[in-house]
Amino acid sequence: MRTALFWVFSISAVASALGVVGNLRSPINSALSLVVSMLALAGLYVLLEAQFVGLIQVMVYAGAIVVLFLFVIMLLNLRGSGTRGAELQPIMKAIGSLVVFGSTLWLVRTLAADRAPWPDVDAGFGTTRAMGEALYTDYVLSVQVAGVLLLAGIVAAVVLAKKKVD
Amino acid sequence: MGDISPFHFQVVAALIFMIGVLGVLTRRNMIVVFMCIELMLNAANLSLLGFSREIGNDQGQILAFMVMVVAAVEVAVGLAIIISLVRNRDTMDIEDVSQLKW
Amino acid sequence: METPTVFVSIFLFALVLLVFAPIMTWVERKQSALMQDRIGANRASILGFKALGLIHPLADVIKMITKEDTIPTGAHKLLHLVSPFIAVAPAIISFAVIPYGGTYEMWGAHVSLCVADLDYGVLFIFAIGSIATYGSMLAGWAGNNNWGMLGSIRVSAQMISYEVALGISVVGLFMIFGTLRLTEMGLLQQETFRLFGFLEHFGWVAQGTAWIDWITIPMWGLVLQPLPFFMFLTALMAENKRAPFDTPEGESEIVAGYFIEYSGMKFGLYMMGEWIEVVVISALLTAMFLGGWTLPWLPEASIISYMTPLVGENMANVAAMVLAVHVFLIKVIVLIWFQMLIRWSMPRFRYDQVMDLGWKILLPLSLANVVITGLGILIVQEVTR
Repeated sequence: MRTALFWVFSISAVASALGVVGNLRSPINSALSLVVSMLALAGLYVLLEAQFVGLIQVMVYAGAIVVLFLFVIMLLNLRGSGTRGAELQPIMKAIGSLVVFGSTLWLVRTLAADRAPWPDVDAGFGTTRAMGEALYTDYVLSVQVAGVLLLAGIVAAVVLAKKKVD
Repeated sequence: MGDISPFHFQVVAALIFMIGVLGVLTRRNMIVVFMCIELMLNAANLSLLGFSREIGNDQGQILAFMVMVVAAVEVAVGLAIIISLVRNRDTMDIEDVSQLKW
Repeated sequence: METPTVFVSIFLFALVLLVFAPIMTWVERKQSALMQDRIGANRASILGFKALGLIHPLADVIKMITKEDTIPTGAHKLLHLVSPFIAVAPAIISFAVIPYGGTYEMWGAHVSLCVADLDYGVLFIFAIGSIATYGSMLAGWAGNNNWGMLGSIRVSAQMISYEVALGISVVGLFMIFGTLRLTEMGLLQQETFRLFGFLEHFGWVAQGTAWIDWITIPMWGLVLQPLPFFMFLTALMAENKRAPFDTPEGESEIVAGYFIEYSGMKFGLYMMGEWIEVVVISALLTAMFLGGWTLPWLPEASIISYMTPLVGENMANVAAMVLAVHVFLIKVIVLIWFQMLIRWSMPRFRYDQVMDLGWKILLPLSLANVVITGLGILIVQEVTR
């Protein structure tokens, strides 16, 4: 069951990632492929016993960040670039595809060698309670720093996106 | 999980990362480049969580959570920059905003 | 033994939801008519049988299915087709984690009246609710229409703004109950606390006074956190885009906003999604704040143990199950009525008022609530040590 889920999620993640990159029609199609890949990745996170992170992935990434992307695309009324041919630079495309496919073949070959077993983790691994306890006892400083970073980001975004009043 | 080893997850993460790199290098639309950066961040997250599960330590999950926070901030600020750029230059092509290149 | 009972739960919850959807159209018409001192829709009849206007949902469905399904030129066909489903699915999926009863043992089977008793139940609802944004946002853009686009922009801004207040306003409740699992919250709300217990604790009244033990209050979420109940309700109603928060749908401003290019059953799906979400909001609020499926001063275990000598254990469990479902549905219906009341009494908020409410009023209040709740928990723990 989990094997089938893994294959379903990973194939959709990779396919939609290709959809983000290779979609020439409109940025909105790329954004929608991004949503699908975020959701597939969230499924993979849950398979890795990272339930809290998986849910936060859906809530933050798929539910807010990509919505923000779509919002900006709609606000600026973008319809993709005019000339399709000039979108992908041909040499980079060739080199890039070679790199991607070559590394895939190499990785698939080394897959056969590495077969490490999964260690047992206790039932509370990755639950909200475990993450909450860890975040607020061991890593409370990073939570505070994240808060300051978020504040700086909010102020920066508001200042940058304001229309200049001349 | 029967025949899925931890390395399978790393392969998926590496694939998505490389696809993201490909996108950043090849595409010319600003917003699509930004989306590929998000793909790379997600691939790194997947790799982190895979290792966290393999070792049995929850530090990878904490770090993945922080990466998500940073990514959210970066998206907000980056999109604000893109909005100002598009308003001022009236173009979505990153080749047109490469004024610092010689 | 587990699989058949899961299917029973799924069937029951699907039945409840899908039966509620057409009844909600009737409720909307009749309640608004009652509030506005008129009769409401009462013309539809089968063989002269009017049934108080309950035939109207059937007439609505027939009308919507037989209408022409138009797709405007230049529209994004796939998105135009898929958006209604993306809007409806999250509302129905959210119901999977809401318990409308506890767990009962009958004839050897362990029946749990909750389809998926997840450890992170409420977080699941928030995550799925944030996907619901896409259904409305893509609908307006997919129609290739200016008014639709305006509606999309408004709806996405509104929905992601209120997700923040939605999450933070119930953090205080999570701190008190210590769990995200909705079945556990329902069970925790069965406990009672003595209202004047502090008198005895501080020694102002002699120990073991009888009347102090008599006055108990159930630990409902509404009692423990009254203000977050209303904040959560407001944020959920804003997420649902129902009046007074229906600027994205603003009938008088932007000509039906983001579902301007939808006709027939797709439009019906949007409306159905909105009404199902009203039911889900009511169900979530009862599960978290109004004690779920439990009666205030009658814990379920005592009901079952009281009835077991009379009718046997199986029938006692069945009776408790039926009672639990009834109590839950009655509470849900009361909240549905309340939401309809708000919808038909308040005028639509202006768009900047909606944004102000979400960011400048609800967010600071919910953050203050988290701090005050934390202080309260610490004080109670210190005092009762």
